[in-house]
Amino acid sequence: MATRTRERVGPGLSRSDLGMRWHRMQRRYAPYIFISPFFILFAIFGVFPTLFSIYLSFQQWNPIQGLGAMEFVGFENYTWLFGDPWFWKSMWNTLWLAVVSGLPQHLIAIPLAFALVMGVGRLRHLLTAAYFLPFITSTVAVAIVFQTILGTQFGILNQAVGVLADWPLTAWIFSGMRESLPIDWLGRAEYIKPSISILVIWKYFGFNVVLYTAGLSTIPREYYQAAAVDGANLLQRYWFITLPLLRPMIFFAVTLTIIGNLQMFDEPFVLTNLAGNRTGGPDEAGLTVAMYLYRTGFEWVDMGTAAAMSWVLFLVIGVATFLHFRFLGRRSLERREG
Amino acid sequence: MKKTIAILALLSSLALVQAQDLSIALYPDLDSHLENVIGEFEQQHGVDVEIRVLQHGDHHNALVTQLATGSGAADVVAIDVGFIARFVAEGGLTDLSQEPFNAGRYQDLFAPYAWLQGSTTDGRIVAMPTDLGPGVMYYRRDRFEEVGADVDDVIESWDSYIEFGEQVTRDTDGDGQNDVFLIADAGDVARAIMRSGLGEGEGVFFDADGEVLVDSDRFHRAFEVAKRIRDAGLDAQIGAWTNEWYEAFQQGTVATQMSGAWLLGHLQNWMAPETAGLWGASHLPNGIYGFWGGSFYGIPDQSENKELAWELIQYLTTNPEVQLAAFERIGAFPAVTSTYDDPMFQEPLAFLDGQPARELFAEIARNIEGVATHPSDMIATEIVDSALTSVLNGESSIDEALAEAQRLIARRVR
Repeated sequence: MATRTRERVGPGLSRSDLGMRWHRMQRRYAPYIFISPFFILFAIFGVFPTLFSIYLSFQQWNPIQGLGAMEFVGFENYTWLFGDPWFWKSMWNTLWLAVVSGLPQHLIAIPLAFALVMGVGRLRHLLTAAYFLPFITSTVAVAIVFQTILGTQFGILNQAVGVLADWPLTAWIFSGMRESLPIDWLGRAEYIKPSISILVIWKYFGFNVVLYTAGLSTIPREYYQAAAVDGANLLQRYWFITLPLLRPMIFFAVTLTIIGNLQMFDEPFVLTNLAGNRTGGPDEAGLTVAMYLYRTGFEWVDMGTAAAMSWVLFLVIGVATFLHFRFLGRRSLERREG
Repeated sequence: MKKTIAILALLSSLALVQAQDLSIALYPDLDSHLENVIGEFEQQHGVDVEIRVLQHGDHHNALVTQLATGSGAADVVAIDVGFIARFVAEGGLTDLSQEPFNAGRYQDLFAPYAWLQGSTTDGRIVAMPTDLGPGVMYYRRDRFEEVGADVDDVIESWDSYIEFGEQVTRDTDGDGQNDVFLIADAGDVARAIMRSGLGEGEGVFFDADGEVLVDSDRFHRAFEVAKRIRDAGLDAQIGAWTNEWYEAFQQGTVATQMSGAWLLGHLQNWMAPETAGLWGASHLPNGIYGFWGGSFYGIPDQSENKELAWELIQYLTTNPEVQLAAFERIGAFPAVTSTYDDPMFQEPLAFLDGQPARELFAEIARNIEGVATHPSDMIATEIVDSALTSVLNGESSIDEALAEAQRLIARRVR
């Protein structure tokens, strides 16, 4: 049948030959063409900027002078950076904030998720939504509200502390703070990081509550029932069933927190900017690495140093995540499989 | 049918070409001024001007990106004085002193200090001043009366200013805490002093050879006065542009505030409109002159329509009527000194209890000394500000803080 068709078309390449080839080509390449948009976009907006920033970190470049003004300086940006007091300060701030604003999120979210799943029945979804609300609220709006709360002369927090210090029932805790009122929460180096942490904890613990309630609902109820029959109380059930079985989810949530917190930018940026200072408040106490590199690159127009900073930050995040995986992640994931 | 579509397509593409005659990029409130006066320019030159508005910070960041990539910048760009040094020294903007612009011929029109800020030490002119921020002290008349103080005596020297502060700072409602203060932030005093009394050819932070001047007498003096005010508890320790700051103006918590003349517009329009009539304006204490803010226009190198762009800049900066229109509409104080003879400058201002304060502003604008700019001014400002805060908060001594700031700035300028 096929040979006959070929004869009819004539000498040289027959139509069915062409058709076959086209068909084969389509079979072979069509999938690549169909998935190519992603790879093209990824190359332009993902791969290229990444490679370019490595290249940039070995250049000295003031972008105002145009692309031609780049000058190769080798590792100078990196050596400069390691001798820069503000860089080390910002690195310390970042790590401090990562721990202090990260850990409590989980210490609050895990028991809270447990209580939600175990105790409150129908209210559960409403409450989860309420805890989640800060997470989807604009950081700028939140920071402005917190600025009002943390204000010195007219701030709600200071007013509250003042009332609590005078009220007989709470005076024994708070009367010690009477002396230092009004506290300049955003204007004193020692209060800035705690202030930022409070905002970050409040904003993100709800997200973790959602993760943990999802994780908890995968634990079969029978385990709890069996434990109850064996006479385990609520605390024991939480400690010996919930926590071990929740470990993979804890690993996942903590990884997200580590990466997110080490890149912390908007919260300190907006909170300390509103206080009228652009380098993270007095003594640069709220200056994170992400803030510092943004300012270095885009406001002080020193792109090379900013690029070098971003790579150092990347390495720190990489190491932190690796250590976390090494010591918590692998074990928890293996146990789950076994 | 096909023909109609073709004609329509042709027409619309023509319209597009027409619409892209000239573009100008700026930040609020300059846009409301431009909307107001651009019609006349468009008519005169038979062109359409596209106005691109971004918020203050975004505008300047976008400009950096556009100059970096060599494309996308508008034909005319507005630049705030805080960013001007960056663009003046580093390039990216057209030198207006050359043919066919010859901007040098306009020098005498402008307040000398602003002209200097827009030019380089080697004689290039990269931006034309359009508005100024003459530094003044706003004060609450009621607070002065309560302690029987006279403003002229108060501003005679820093000593008399602090002496007044000791009288006015007090607890008026008897709750054990002070609720009236001399000033919102003692740092403002230091910032005013460090920017005045500069040597010939000196910038605020750098001398003509780029050497850092921060560990000098001028800065030590500035820090000492501010420290005296902070240690005596005379400032409310409130940062600028915070809710607390606005609240302080509304309630009369602070008796004085040093600022650009433009603060008046903010006070009466939104910060504290109900305090009308309670305010006054005076020179800065100790006979110093300073500036807070100001805007410029320049033409990016990449512009393909420089001649028309230059026409627009001349219209906006050298035309007295346009300058006055900006003053009237958005309170942008004119950079062109000849406008100061306008009757508008003698008008009493109700918000300042009938004081004709614009005359005062004009007198100050004429007398501010020129200050050379340096590309690293912006970083230096922040490093010195940080040193100032740590001194005021008692975290380090003046000597330590300034030596450290000197070192940090020198490190930056590599």
